[in-house]
Amino acid sequence: MKAFTQHKGLAAPMDRANVDTDLIIPKQFLKSIKRTGFGPNLFDELRYLDEGQPGQDCSQRPLNPEFPLNFPRYQGASVLLARKNFGCGSSREHAPWALDDHGFRAIIAPSFADIFFNNCFKNGLLPIVLDEAIVDQLFEEMHAQEGYELTIDLEKQQVVKPNGETIDFEVDAFRKHCLLNGLDDIGLTLEDADDIRTYEAKRREQAPWLFDAVK
Amino acid sequence: MAGQTLYDKLWQDHLVKSREDGTALIYIDRHLIHEVTSPQAFEGLRLAGRKPWRKDSLVATPDHNVPSEASERAGGVAGIRDEVSRIQVQTLDENCRDFDVVQFGINEPGQGIVHVIGPETGATLPGMTVVCGDSHTSTHGALGALAHGIGTSEVEHVMATQCLIQKKMKNMLVRVDGVLGRGVTAKDVVLAIIGKIGTAGGTGYAIEFGGEVMRNMSMEGRMTVCNMAIEAGARAGMVAVDQITLDYVKDKPYAPKGADWDRAVAAWSQLHSDDDAEFDAVIELRGEEIEPQVSWGTSPEMVVAVSAQVPDPAAEADATKRAGVERALEYMGLTAGQKITDIKLDRVFIGSCTNSRIEDLRAAAAVAKGQKKADSVKQVLIVPGSQAVKAQAEKEGLDQIFIDAGFEWREPSCSMCLAMNADKLGAGEHCASTSNRNFEGRQGYGGRTHLVSPGMAAAAAIAGHFVDVREFATQLEIA
Ligand code: SF4
Repeated sequence: MKAFTQHKGLAAPMDRANVDTDLIIPKQFLKSIKRTGFGPNLFDELRYLDEGQPGQDCSQRPLNPEFPLNFPRYQGASVLLARKNFGCGSSREHAPWALDDHGFRAIIAPSFADIFFNNCFKNGLLPIVLDEAIVDQLFEEMHAQEGYELTIDLEKQQVVKPNGETIDFEVDAFRKHCLLNGLDDIGLTLEDADDIRTYEAKRREQAPWLFDAVK
Repeated sequence: MAGQTLYDKLWQDHLVKSREDGTALIYIDRHLIHEVTSPQAFEGLRLAGRKPWRKDSLVATPDHNVPSEASERAGGVAGIRDEVSRIQVQTLDENCRDFDVVQFGINEPGQGIVHVIGPETGATLPGMTVVCGDSHTSTHGALGALAHGIGTSEVEHVMATQCLIQKKMKNMLVRVDGVLGRGVTAKDVVLAIIGKIGTAGGTGYAIEFGGEVMRNMSMEGRMTVCNMAIEAGARAGMVAVDQITLDYVKDKPYAPKGADWDRAVAAWSQLHSDDDAEFDAVIELRGEEIEPQVSWGTSPEMVVAVSAQVPDPAAEADATKRAGVERALEYMGLTAGQKITDIKLDRVFIGSCTNSRIEDLRAAAAVAKGQKKADSVKQVLIVPGSQAVKAQAEKEGLDQIFIDAGFEWREPSCSMCLAMNADKLGAGEHCASTSNRNFEGRQGYGGRTHLVSPGMAAAAAIAGHFVDVREFATQLEIA
């Protein structure tokens, strides 16, 4: 997994609550059997004026001029400012894959849906929860100032504003450790293989019907 | 010390190891697999030279991409017309072959929507931890299991290690007491719950559904309720084990038999919250206050009783919420104050892992019997959740009732629940749907979804607009 230590990047808005994973990446693109290439279809239904199809050349499609991420001022953005309950809906990991492929490294919102939140960490994408009032303020400042860049320092757990002001955020110690070092969860868990085997042997004794029923 | 909740017990039973940072390794008993969220996980295993930790914990079936239309379906995997869909289903075939995973293939008797076939075959059982790369895995919690949806990285993680890295969730009890009125179903109960607590109300919680209404509810009804726990924000929903659970599980193909059955029943009888268990949050509803529900907006929390009106955004104090209501009304092509029963339907979809089991089809057939769909309704799709449900319905003659009413009887698949196969809404079309998500574009680009129960959907198909299934049933003199 890609490590995340410090990142400085242009902020862009996704100004609505309850952005669901169908909106982040519509289902027709989930037919891919790869992990990459979802970026051009991020927010497909909002971004383009036509209906997207898998495998299409998106550079030829009509862009929706009213969708903020299409504004020239937000091109190259890598920090997404969002609203409550971002990423609700399905468990599709294609949602963080699409955000990542488009170039986002961090998402700031007052709250996230559980599965999406979890999926982000598995893909080197950092979801940051901040107070709603602070998120409101970031939105305002970003609207007021073109080229509004935020620095995210995972080690210090801080978001740094262009004026140098800092905002602290919480992050789970284990997830932070994995993200800072770009660690692969599976490798880490397999270090505990003996514990898993011990548990499994006990379980097999207590509940034998859970084993070998399906073959 | 306070007693344990059902969730506490299931957690404790599966705890392999607690880590200092508050995370834990949780052992997974059953891992269900479908074609959409697994290819990248199998690929990951291959690249790392890993093998599944415990093959007998895996059960796979294709459901999202498989055609529902009989003639296309007859051609099997090779007959899937959409090339990208075909490749995905083929990839599942190949992966199951390469990794020696049990699969119910596209036209085999065990095939169906993954959340329908789990309980139906006994592949998912009380007391299990169940995962699947699909958020509606919460369905299996109805059996008294800890079941939740995971992402593709976690699919790979569970295949490789048999464990999931988890942080314990908080406990929520949603208690529905009293009795349900005639014509009010499990779907209405869960929509009413979501309407009350919102789509983020259960975020961070495992929800236990309890109370008299849940105790009296059939297993299939409990599955409908747990299925939509995720629409209330909770990864896991569950119901305590009781006699209804045991009667359901007994004699399922993969359920324990003989002496194992007796041992299992003894273990499962512990699977309820202790009387003195403490919950972090308790939500209460009264069964008799719940009316048939209809969603009007683009989030499952945007739901009202069929007797109500489309809400007015001006009544919303919170600016973000107001904007959300306005946007939803615009997308849905509805006006504030419009009566729900004035909403006309273009298509009707009865199916999905929420409502495609035999009881759902019986409820729809009871309404459709001897009736005809309205001319203004272009299409009514009835998509059974599994091959077994389809066979049972045909045995009972339900398929003929639907066909006589001008409905289409289809093959088991997810179908128009998310429109990954050929079944889709056109832009601007309104659909009465028994599925679980009314997000923008979910059932087709520009499509407008209204979530309802199977009876309400069938009644709407006949009337051409929403009607209160209770009045409708009285007129028809059916109970
Ligand atoms: S029926 Fe719908 S919600 Fe259920 S698994 Fe299929 S696509 Fe997902």
